[in-house]
Amino acid sequence: MATSSGHTIKAFDEDLDRLRALINQMGGLAEHAIRESMRCLVERDLEGAEKIVENDKKLDALEMETERRVVQLIALRAPMAGDLRDVVAALKISSVVERIGDYAKNIAKRVPLLDKAHTIEPISLMPEMARIATEMVHDVLNAFVERDAEAALRVVERDRAVDDFYNSIFRALLTFMMENPSNIGQSTHLLFIAKNIERVGDHATNIAEMVYYASTGQHLADRPRGHDPLKPE
Amino acid sequence: MTESETTASTTVPPVPQPADAAEPAGQRTAKMRAIDISVFYGEKKALNDVSIDIYDDLVTAFIGPSGCGKSTFLRCLNRMNDTIPSARVDGHIELDGEDINSARMDVVQLRARVGMVFQKPNPFPKSIYENVAYGPRIHGLAAGKSEMDAIVEKSLKRAGLWEEVKDRLQESGTALSGGQQQRLCIARAIAVDPEVILMDEPCSALDPIATAKIEELIHELRGRYAIAIVTHNMQQAARVSQRTAFFHLGEMVEYGKTSEIFTNPREQRTQDYITGRYG
Amino acid sequence: MEARVRHRNASEKRFRAAGFFAVSLSALFLALLLANMAWKGLGGFTRTEAELTINFPKSDLLIDPAALHGGQAQEVIGSADLDGAVSQAAAAQYGPDAAELFGAAGSRALGRALIKDPTLLQRSATLWLPVGSKADVAYKSEGDPRYDHLMAKIDAQDKVRLRFNSDFLTASDATDPSAVGIWGALKGTFLTIMVTMLLAFPIGVLSALYLEEFAPRNRWTDLIEVSINNLAAVPSIIFGLLGLAVFLNFMHLPRSAPLVGGLTLALMTMPVIVIAGRNAITSVPPSIRDAALGVGASKMQVVFHHVLPLALPGILTGTIIGMARALGETAPLLMIGMRAFIAAPPSGITDPSSVLPVQIFLWSDEVDRGFVEKTSAAIIVLLIFMLLMNGLAIYLRNRFEQRW
Repeated sequence: MATSSGHTIKAFDEDLDRLRALINQMGGLAEHAIRESMRCLVERDLEGAEKIVENDKKLDALEMETERRVVQLIALRAPMAGDLRDVVAALKISSVVERIGDYAKNIAKRVPLLDKAHTIEPISLMPEMARIATEMVHDVLNAFVERDAEAALRVVERDRAVDDFYNSIFRALLTFMMENPSNIGQSTHLLFIAKNIERVGDHATNIAEMVYYASTGQHLADRPRGHDPLKPE
Repeated sequence: MTESETTASTTVPPVPQPADAAEPAGQRTAKMRAIDISVFYGEKKALNDVSIDIYDDLVTAFIGPSGCGKSTFLRCLNRMNDTIPSARVDGHIELDGEDINSARMDVVQLRARVGMVFQKPNPFPKSIYENVAYGPRIHGLAAGKSEMDAIVEKSLKRAGLWEEVKDRLQESGTALSGGQQQRLCIARAIAVDPEVILMDEPCSALDPIATAKIEELIHELRGRYAIAIVTHNMQQAARVSQRTAFFHLGEMVEYGKTSEIFTNPREQRTQDYITGRYG
Repeated sequence: MEARVRHRNASEKRFRAAGFFAVSLSALFLALLLANMAWKGLGGFTRTEAELTINFPKSDLLIDPAALHGGQAQEVIGSADLDGAVSQAAAAQYGPDAAELFGAAGSRALGRALIKDPTLLQRSATLWLPVGSKADVAYKSEGDPRYDHLMAKIDAQDKVRLRFNSDFLTASDATDPSAVGIWGALKGTFLTIMVTMLLAFPIGVLSALYLEEFAPRNRWTDLIEVSINNLAAVPSIIFGLLGLAVFLNFMHLPRSAPLVGGLTLALMTMPVIVIAGRNAITSVPPSIRDAALGVGASKMQVVFHHVLPLALPGILTGTIIGMARALGETAPLLMIGMRAFIAAPPSGITDPSSVLPVQIFLWSDEVDRGFVEKTSAAIIVLLIFMLLMNGLAIYLRNRFEQRW
């Protein structure tokens, strides 16, 4: 349900706006971290990777700030109905975005371990996968700020593409490992990196569910998933 | 692979249900039903086609901005609007299936079955004992002094006032503090053994501690009486009631479970009022 | 800013001074009135007595001592010529001027003494008897020169004294001012006020209750309210005319009786009680009514268990005001004939009687100088009577006062 007008108490509106700005800021940092980590992976930028690990601290600090703000808002403003759902969603989204930042940090940490792996084929697929995942995060956070349940739904659909990417990378890496047992170490790292990006896509979908509930007050029905590699074809 | 039976039970513990989720819809019978109630003060229409059910064992809260008609509606339920010469009530109100506005219903008996507690505590200028005993006396509920003493004690205990006043029953009721006076008024209403208790903003004149005591009292009384409460304070409605009706400009906009009204209301007007976007 | 504060303080001081001045002025006038009355009236409570020696066996009195023992004593005394005996003895003792020294009071006192002690008739007795009006006036201030002279002479013999005039309070009207008393008028006032209150209070209170609580609000009740308000302002003499026309000429009730006086005054007092009653009832807060209705009290129970007790102090105040007015009314009672000369106190409400204000009026009209101090004394008694009745009403009001 969209909000019709501002609160009678203007400070309440300001508090909610500041909260949304915080989420926006966290989202921006997380997106940057993922893009940067992909770039460092492809270009073998070790210094860049270190910076990404450093910057993750900022994201952690913002998450704590968000939590503090949310608790204060609930205590002082006693939000109801849509406002309450928004505030609770902001709290959950902040911790998910912080998780996404952690995945980017994890990817950056593996960059120095992949020096000799530029010959591995599957690595060319990953930037594209990361691009889609990053776009999902970007769009879903916009949907949160705009309280747009439809946009959130659209984000959910794109997770299928990310899952499909992951499945093909998984198969390619498995084949590669079987053909070149000496590359198992490198390949495993790449596998983990691919898994991290796939998780980012999943988290973006989680955020979309939270946004949907905050906007409409109803929970998203079970959504269609991409092909599950654990099930027989 | 052998299947090993684990010795510990693998059944998943049941998910705890919220308090008002256990009742299937439509199986409760309403204690009082109001159907298409309209109230006119002279030419002015104060209430427009309001229909609400009041259930036993539940507290029903009426919320809404000032002048929206919630107090007017409450007063229809025990025909207190009869005392206002210019007021006219259209529609149908039933208590246990009987029409309360019919000629056969004795309004005095009705008011003994549907009691009322007012916004400003209004004990009689008599002793505490007399305040509580007056109702039973005029309705002939006690055969002798010892029965009356028992009724007074029971009512004061149920109202949570007995311990504080049992040694000074002969003192004037108006000498008590505001919160105590309001509990005395509740005891007075209980003393005539009503079936429904109507409360018109009972805590608006009281401090937070007295308010909390009254809210706890309402919670305790819930099992015995059907309670309808009008309140300005949304948080109080949220704390105290299981059903909430939102009134706006003489209409009842939304009526449903309290938990749903305050987390996910259906109507935009309700959402606006609850979140403080009204006006 | 400073100037404003000073100005405000100054005007407050001026207002206080004006208020104090007004109150003092009123108190001064009241004090003057009381002082004047006291000065003139205290004399009325005392009487001059002179000593007299009567030789009963030698006098012309033919009374059989035995006859004075029975119930016929009053009649026997009444038929005897006490005046003559007293006059004779006085002339013998103090000279021919003294023949009229003792008036009706003296004879009456002698009669009482004889009834008390019939053996006096068998010997010569010396008694202190109250003197007649002229001598009384002469002794207390100045009067007829003959009596001045006489009293001075008797005074020189130490045979004169002043005593408290108990007769004033126990006797009734008489032609001789020294013999007058207010008892008759007092009893008449008492009976009249009783009738007034017994009629006006219940009817007034019940009317007020009905008009405020039960009557519908329409043009008729508005008309009644306006009429009652006007009735309270009607000059009292009009009620007298009404009483004359209805109670005496139409209903042929006994003239000059407390019943008629009471009825007339009741008509006059009732509007005051109704107005005060309505105000008192309106000032009972609606929260009390709501509380009683909420517990399931019927309209009658609300009114009689809650509204009436709380309105009672206000109603009693109105009653006090009405009663005070009725106590002092003269004009309407004169119209219905309570102006006759009544020598015996009334025994019931249908006997002819007078009331104290009327008595005062009649006495003030008299020529005899002896009535001057009696009039003032009667005024003092009236004031005391009013004070007592007001005190009683205020006490009752305070008893019933409840705080809500």
